Amino acid sequence: MSPDFLNLIEVILNGLMAGIMYALVALGFVLIFKASGIFNYAQGVMALFAALTLVGFQTGQVPFAHLINAIFGTNVHHWGDGMNTFLAILLTMGVMILFAWLVERFVLKHLVNQEPIILFMATIGLAFFMEGFGDLMWGADIKNMDVGLPSGGSFWWEDVTKTWAAEGAEYYGMYIDVLDVWAAGIAILLVIALTLFSQYTKTGRALRAVADDHQAALTVGISLRSIWVVVWSIAGFVALVAGIMWGSKSGVQFSLSLIALKALPVLILGGFTSIPGAIIGGLIIGVGEKLFEYTIGGMIGGATENWFAYVLALFFLMFRPQGLFGERIIERV
Amino acid sequence: MSASADRAAKIGDTMLEVKDITLSFGGVKALTDISFDIKEGEIRAIIGPNGAGKSSMLNVISGFYHPQQGEVWFNGKKRGPMKPYQVARQGIARTFQNIALFKGMSTLDNLMTGRMTQMKTNLFWQAIWKGPAEKEELEHRERVEHIIDFLGIQAIRKTPVGRLPYGMQKRVELGRALAAEAKLLLLDEPMAGMNLEEKEDMCRFVLDVNDEFGTTIALIEHDMGVVMDLSDRVVVLDYGQKLADGTPDEVRSNQAVIDAYLGVSHD
Repeated sequence: MSPDFLNLIEVILNGLMAGIMYALVALGFVLIFKASGIFNYAQGVMALFAALTLVGFQTGQVPFAHLINAIFGTNVHHWGDGMNTFLAILLTMGVMILFAWLVERFVLKHLVNQEPIILFMATIGLAFFMEGFGDLMWGADIKNMDVGLPSGGSFWWEDVTKTWAAEGAEYYGMYIDVLDVWAAGIAILLVIALTLFSQYTKTGRALRAVADDHQAALTVGISLRSIWVVVWSIAGFVALVAGIMWGSKSGVQFSLSLIALKALPVLILGGFTSIPGAIIGGLIIGVGEKLFEYTIGGMIGGATENWFAYVLALFFLMFRPQGLFGERIIERV
Repeated sequence: MSASADRAAKIGDTMLEVKDITLSFGGVKALTDISFDIKEGEIRAIIGPNGAGKSSMLNVISGFYHPQQGEVWFNGKKRGPMKPYQVARQGIARTFQNIALFKGMSTLDNLMTGRMTQMKTNLFWQAIWKGPAEKEELEHRERVEHIIDFLGIQAIRKTPVGRLPYGMQKRVELGRALAAEAKLLLLDEPMAGMNLEEKEDMCRFVLDVNDEFGTTIALIEHDMGVVMDLSDRVVVLDYGQKLADGTPDEVRSNQAVIDAYLGVSHD
């Protein structure tokens, strides 16, 4: 195989990996949108908040240290050496469930039957609140996330691919980040688990029922409010996974919440109501933007990854407004 | 023993009673001082011309509407303001005039949601799936299969209900209500829009359910032939007021009812 062709494969592979990371965030959006028709703008911030909390627990930070120091004139920052990663993840999950409950109790409950745009505005408010709250609780500095996932280029893969090139060609093998491979594996497991849960359990069935028809769900004895807490908890769990992956990749920092915006074109492609759609949409965006940058990017000055996804989404909207897998919008006359 | 005496023996004490229900939307009065009762084991019809307040009455009973005045008594206890899902958990199941099924889910799944009120395992076991959750799931699956047999809908078990014809959807909705094993079943126009054959099937199901499971049934229906054949007692509403209440024969010969249905000349 010629080095050019191998380079192309490498670009596509890395695109797929990046795509899975986008899909992870998009998944959280889809879950909440399906169950409650709310476009949760705060999903990205939830990922950031989960990552901050996890690192905080792990390293043994004192929550609200700045606030405590400012009020009491103390100088606390850490309460010890931190804790075991597994325990920290469990505790963070607990925090996310608590958060889901609070959101239902103080926001959603009061907005039942309101227009979607009002709920959307509420989630924007929520996003800004959480951003500030996360800062206040754990500090605004960039943190390093290490949950023990391996990272860095894979030498094994480099060696394997080196032999693929034609004899005598100047080729040094493909680069692939091990962390990305892990992220892909975890994302796939997550989707399988979510699918099984929603297909074969009582609560899963209740989730699908609520997503399908609120009135009918009430009639069979499903409490919408408790289902919303469950949905937001699951979305919180997905946010935690996304936060861990993105945090391990690029550090826990404010820009993490902006990856939520990248999930938008993914959703437009995949459809707001489809879990497989979120995955495939993510992959298309990931591969698309890497390929575009590789092939055409150089000719027009590069850095196309910043905007390519949005333009692609715009293009898509013209032909399939409901997305690849979304429910068809049929107007009955 | 005659058929009617046989019937009378099956009917027990008052199960549900509404007292002086008044419901209004803004300035429009949908129901005014309505009182009637439903006895255990009976088939109770609520009839009346369009806009009489029949569906509103059903919505009050099932917790979708909250009346401004009046009380609902169920099983001898006065009921506070309740959410529809709480009413469902108390053992009152219902169907809707314009079908409220989960259109994207299969017939089987729709019926399984009907078992929701009966299932007990917690989220932890469900997430693990093995153990109690699996056992429970299988148990309830068996009950649901019985209902599928009973309604003769084996052929559409796996079909998404959105794709079924109207008559079948009505039948699935009845199935879901049956799956709840409710004490009281509220049917809002179960035969609307059906052809004769489908109506006959549905009548048979209603009678069988009442007979075999002893389920108390309250139904709204426009087809007078069906109502007179099926029901033990009939309450007639018109413009939100109660016109008459009694056996089909009594109601049929009531002058106010005849006037409401046929119209009176105002001369």
